[in-house]
Amino acid sequence: MKPAPFDYLRPASLSEALAALASGGDEARILAGGQSLMPMLNMRLVQPRLLIDLSLLDELRSLEARDGWLTVGAAVTQAELMARPTLAEEVPLLAAALPWIGHFQTRNRGTVCGSIAHADPSAELPLCLVALGGEVMLRSARKRRSLPAAAFFLGPLTTAKEADEIIEAVRFPLRKAETGHAFREVAMRHGDFAITACAAIADRNGLRLAVGGVADRPIARDWPLLAGAELDEALNAFAWDLGGDDDQHATARYRRSLVRRIGRTAIEEALACRP
Amino acid sequence: MQALTAETRHPVTIILNGQRRSGYAHPRMLLSDFLRHELGAHGTRVGCEHGVCGACTIRIDGVAQRACLTLAVQADNRRVDTVEGLAKEGRMTALQEAFNRHHALQCGFCTAGILMSLSDYLERVPKPSEAELRDMLSGHLCRCTGYAGIVRAVMDVTGQLRETPHV
Amino acid sequence: MTALKSAATTPQAESAAGPLVGRPIPRLEDTAILTGAARYADDLPVKPGTLHAAILRSPHAHAEVLGIDVGAALTMPGVAAIVTGEEAKRFASPFLVGVKAPMEHWCLAIDRVRYVGEPVAVVLAENRYLAEDALDRIEVRYRPLPPVTSIEQALDPASELLHPAVGSNIANTRNFLYGDPDSQFETAPHRLSLTVHYPRNSCTPMECFVVQAEYDPAEGGYEVLSNFSGPFAVHPVMARALNVSGAKLRLKSPPHSGGSFGNKQAVFPYIVLMGLCARVSGRPVKWVEDRLEHLMAATSATGRRMDLEAAVDADGKVLALRMQQTEDCGAYVRAPEPASLYRNHGNLTGAYDIRHLAVVNRIALTNKTPSGLNRGFGGGQLYFGLERLMHHIAVTLNLDPLDVIRRNLVPASAMPYATASGGQLDSGDYPATVEEAIERGGLAELKARRDKARAEGRLYGIGYAAIVEPSISNMGYITTVLTAEERRKAGPKNGAQAAATVAVDPTGGVSVSVASVPQGQGHRTVLAQVIADVFGLRLEDIRVVTDFDTAKDAWSIAAGNYSSRFAGAVAGTAHIAAMRLRDRLARLAAGQLNVRPEDVRFENGKVFAASNPENTLSFSRLAAAGHWAPGTLPEGQEAALRETAFWTPDPLKAPTDADHINSSACYGFIFDFCGVEVDRVTGQVRIDHYVTMHDAGRLLNPLMVEGQVMGGFAQAVGVALYEEYAYGEDGGFLSGSFADYLVPTSMEVPVPVILHRESPSPVTPLGAKGAGEGNNMSTPVCIANAVADALGIDTVTLPLTPSKIAALIDGEEPPRPVVAGAPPAPEPVKTAGGRGLSGEGSRTVPATPEEVWAILLDPKELAALLPGCEALDLVGPNSYRAEVVVGIGPVRGRYTAEVALSDLDPPNSLTLAGSGSSALGTGRGTGHVTLERTAEGTTVRYRYTAEVGGKVAAVGGRMLDSASRLLIGQFFDKLIARAGGPAAPAEKPSLLKRLLRLLGLAR
Ligand code: FES
Ligand code: FES
Repeated sequence: MKPAPFDYLRPASLSEALAALASGGDEARILAGGQSLMPMLNMRLVQPRLLIDLSLLDELRSLEARDGWLTVGAAVTQAELMARPTLAEEVPLLAAALPWIGHFQTRNRGTVCGSIAHADPSAELPLCLVALGGEVMLRSARKRRSLPAAAFFLGPLTTAKEADEIIEAVRFPLRKAETGHAFREVAMRHGDFAITACAAIADRNGLRLAVGGVADRPIARDWPLLAGAELDEALNAFAWDLGGDDDQHATARYRRSLVRRIGRTAIEEALACRP
Repeated sequence: MQALTAETRHPVTIILNGQRRSGYAHPRMLLSDFLRHELGAHGTRVGCEHGVCGACTIRIDGVAQRACLTLAVQADNRRVDTVEGLAKEGRMTALQEAFNRHHALQCGFCTAGILMSLSDYLERVPKPSEAELRDMLSGHLCRCTGYAGIVRAVMDVTGQLRETPHV
Repeated sequence: MTALKSAATTPQAESAAGPLVGRPIPRLEDTAILTGAARYADDLPVKPGTLHAAILRSPHAHAEVLGIDVGAALTMPGVAAIVTGEEAKRFASPFLVGVKAPMEHWCLAIDRVRYVGEPVAVVLAENRYLAEDALDRIEVRYRPLPPVTSIEQALDPASELLHPAVGSNIANTRNFLYGDPDSQFETAPHRLSLTVHYPRNSCTPMECFVVQAEYDPAEGGYEVLSNFSGPFAVHPVMARALNVSGAKLRLKSPPHSGGSFGNKQAVFPYIVLMGLCARVSGRPVKWVEDRLEHLMAATSATGRRMDLEAAVDADGKVLALRMQQTEDCGAYVRAPEPASLYRNHGNLTGAYDIRHLAVVNRIALTNKTPSGLNRGFGGGQLYFGLERLMHHIAVTLNLDPLDVIRRNLVPASAMPYATASGGQLDSGDYPATVEEAIERGGLAELKARRDKARAEGRLYGIGYAAIVEPSISNMGYITTVLTAEERRKAGPKNGAQAAATVAVDPTGGVSVSVASVPQGQGHRTVLAQVIADVFGLRLEDIRVVTDFDTAKDAWSIAAGNYSSRFAGAVAGTAHIAAMRLRDRLARLAAGQLNVRPEDVRFENGKVFAASNPENTLSFSRLAAAGHWAPGTLPEGQEAALRETAFWTPDPLKAPTDADHINSSACYGFIFDFCGVEVDRVTGQVRIDHYVTMHDAGRLLNPLMVEGQVMGGFAQAVGVALYEEYAYGEDGGFLSGSFADYLVPTSMEVPVPVILHRESPSPVTPLGAKGAGEGNNMSTPVCIANAVADALGIDTVTLPLTPSKIAALIDGEEPPRPVVAGAPPAPEPVKTAGGRGLSGEGSRTVPATPEEVWAILLDPKELAALLPGCEALDLVGPNSYRAEVVVGIGPVRGRYTAEVALSDLDPPNSLTLAGSGSSALGTGRGTGHVTLERTAEGTTVRYRYTAEVGGKVAAVGGRMLDSASRLLIGQFFDKLIARAGGPAAPAEKPSLLKRLLRLLGLAR
């Protein structure tokens, strides 16, 4: 279980990295924290010709709250984000979800953007990004663009990122007044990928529930302020629409039932914690 | 820009437990292999090579992480601490002693990684609750002990062991 | 429940006076481990020129091997040799098989593969990285065969035969009759039956297998270093497979082991394989198993189906039992199997006094990894049936499960108790032990908790299990699988020979070596305690050597670390050797002290006369005499330098002609109870309180015993709630990583209350019995019984995952709402087990059916439609060979695929079939496509089934369905674009495309 051979590049700047990526194209992969990519390299599921290591690029270490967004640079680790003292104020959903991501040791290395780029359908960070309506800031030697989260995730491990693009940063909208957030997850063991994870956001006008682990990507749905049987019906319709599959640990039916149940708990919790 | 070609063995120097150590590595060589087979520092164990079991956990620049998910070339010029560096002048640390007292290890294959995680974690959280500690430990798999002795040892060494009943 | 409440002793130790044995002394092993100095198998040096092996493994569960092309791989840098079944045929032989059946099991597949992960070829290269590079370049052609993936399928005579020469997928059937069950069944007031299945799982030691092998052509012998754990009964099997005598297979073990739990027994086929590789390559060879290999193909506990029937009287007393055990041994009955099925034959009735017993034992072959020893082997399986049955009896007859247990326990007055099938339960007071556990473990409080929880509408249950824990296997029990006639021909097999050597050196140091291979339990410490007591020395005066060498150490076939033989047999034998040596030293000392040998005492490093403690010699002085001045020894006395003892437990006889067998030397007793709560919302099980009471005879070191109990318990929690080696219906292996095979972490394992009684065994030298396997036997069923109690149900299947439990407690699912105006989206079609991939969908294309037909039948067009197709060559009518690069995101594999169109009904329907393989694994799929003329053009409907095997399936199970849908969606996207629909944009996907894809995903 050893990686296939690759050239290794440690660029001194982002522009060097972009140039390298432009020439490496499809055969190049970005290495940031490596917590998703390295296992796939070791298993030889992924065999790039060139690895471009961004982990030490200072210009990607920015982590700042400004103009209504919390912007997280590509080299910021999950542990660094989690340790941000103001996070629970700024993006409470992230503060609630981060402890569910992997473990202390993997969060120490794993980056926020790396998890977004990996696009595991069960991962917590893509779910939060979709739930919050965050954005992915992409950059190539040619151009810069940003995509809303819902347009970024296309399927399992599949995103709208072009081969020559780097996720420079992702940004999460800062908490809006009168908004409540909740995060719920069921996994087989602590720290495992979610069987089903639900992120709920409620304000004075409506509800949003985003679900990971069921469809092939995190999916969000908005409702007006539903309650009671109406909410149950809406959750049921959503659970069915998400599809979901059987795997060795859980059935599609179980996933749907979790959407109905922990989805509801999450919504109620989000409603209750609106300031 | 540092560009290392796949076919070439490149010099890699790390500060291993306070000492400069150099060896050679292809870009794809895992840090776990570099430590164990290039530098002969066998104390770091390998249990899965996909980042789940935690046996290979070491500290790079003080931060606990998986050596099997790190390339040797990424550690170049950085500080790497492993289990061999814990005991000083032949004296085990209080944590190591507590592991012995509380039978926190059996085969010991998981132990080095757990000690390295703890050595980082306890610097950040000097008196974890049992729940917090167990959360952190869940990044390690131990097949022998059922974790009870490990938890007990840490509670003891952090001055929180309240009770010691029967066998 | 926290670790702090129920923790054990504070180990004190050396200061207290009195014997060391019985005290919770912290381990001597720990310093080396804690400081990183310990040397495990992969840490030991290799000789210059050593080649590193990587193994090519079958991606198929069942297939013929049509050909292997190693040409390209051989030209890869650093590759020295590639070994295949051809070389195995030249230099090796098939392994001996424990049942009489014409079954050939080789160290490398010859012409057929029978499980995913079966070794097919070995690359030997300068390092592991290069060896793996070459693996990817070996081309193997397979012809897939229908797989057998369940016991039920194996029982079906129509199932594809794994071993055609055996003539059946049931390799062996034996019937046993003890007493007269039939008449009991006729007259009993109640007859109850139950069928249970025990899943495949494994204790997965953290260290994987390691082998270093060398071949010496001058000697014609092999020298191997490996973390093999025994039983050394397998040594002759290895030697035979290498075509040498046992003396020419020198096997050594490293000083430290990263755990075994029985699993390291299964390294033996690789010892043979690497021996073969060393011989073929002419160089030393090293192989380190990686975790993917281990999970996929190392070993597994047997799966078992038990059909039980009990004749029961009104108060729950079991009068007779019928049990049919069908054992899933996987693709081969690999030594020492059928150990798992027969290990408990003497204690099939558990801790109960049941005089009438009928047994049918069957060994089923399935396309799964061969089974083997796994902590508690056979016990978890047996007691899952037996203790579920006791619970079932109680529920059905409306009795308290605890009362049913009480009524059936072997009474203390009956000890030693001969079981119906020939076991000799040696000691203990089971009823008193149960009562003590109830008292000390707080059952009354637990019941109150349950009642309170239930009153609040929560799901809370209590479970029990009472079992005997066998230790020190009789080497003859496996021959119970043979008929008495066959046994007579084969010669008697019995006993459990242990060996130990104790030596004194010229400075008075004592060294001990035993024919055992400790796997991390702390045996060095316990042996030092035992030996130090014998000689009146300190712990640090004793050196216990744990590396083992078949060429130099005393051993026999029972040697090794398995079946809990350490405390009873190994430590006991070391004690015997030490006592003999001490007796000889005493005779020498007697001469010098002028007393009788019986009066000589050994204490505190001194040797003296009991009658006159002033009259003393130092131990080292006495020890030195034999080395330095043998000439001064009294006439007729030899020096006391070294003593080797062999010991076998007296009660271990061969099976009788009536198939009575005392399968183990001694039997501990365990009584467990627990309370669990099931979350109504999520179906998750929480173990609220667990009590485990053990009578393991005399405890040599309570700290170590606690460690064993705790460790076994944790593994059993895994078995009960998390762990399973899962296979798809196609035989694909689905638990290939530690993210898929779920070993419990510190968050999942609670701390049980551990209680002890000590009824010394009359059989073993020190009165000790095994203690390390019991919870692997008792805990899974205890938890299962508690869950059954919580839910009020009778069928519980391990592991009790939240998904399974939710299916039991959830009522009817709310139906999918029908949205007015929108056509109902088709629901994905699922195969029964839910693990085969399948689905269906439809698209409307703006073209006539004839136009669509023309596109599908045109090779150029087809090439453009197939995702990642780089070349498509016609190889026959409507059949093609394609080079495709298929991938999801960054995961990509280059496949050589065969694609064929069949069932052509122009322009209405056709079947498109493809299969291919790559280093990532195999893929096969069939799609049936129909074209239907509509106002807008053509509605294309498709229905597909797919199978994905090999590595991708093993580690990517979570995403297989959505990934295959994505690929199929791509095909139809392109078809639509080609047939005049909106082109799939080359750059960023338009909203429309995403919409179409959504439709294509059948949502
Ligand atoms: S070996 Fe690195 S986490 Fe398992
Ligand atoms: S002590 Fe063996 S794995 Fe932890």
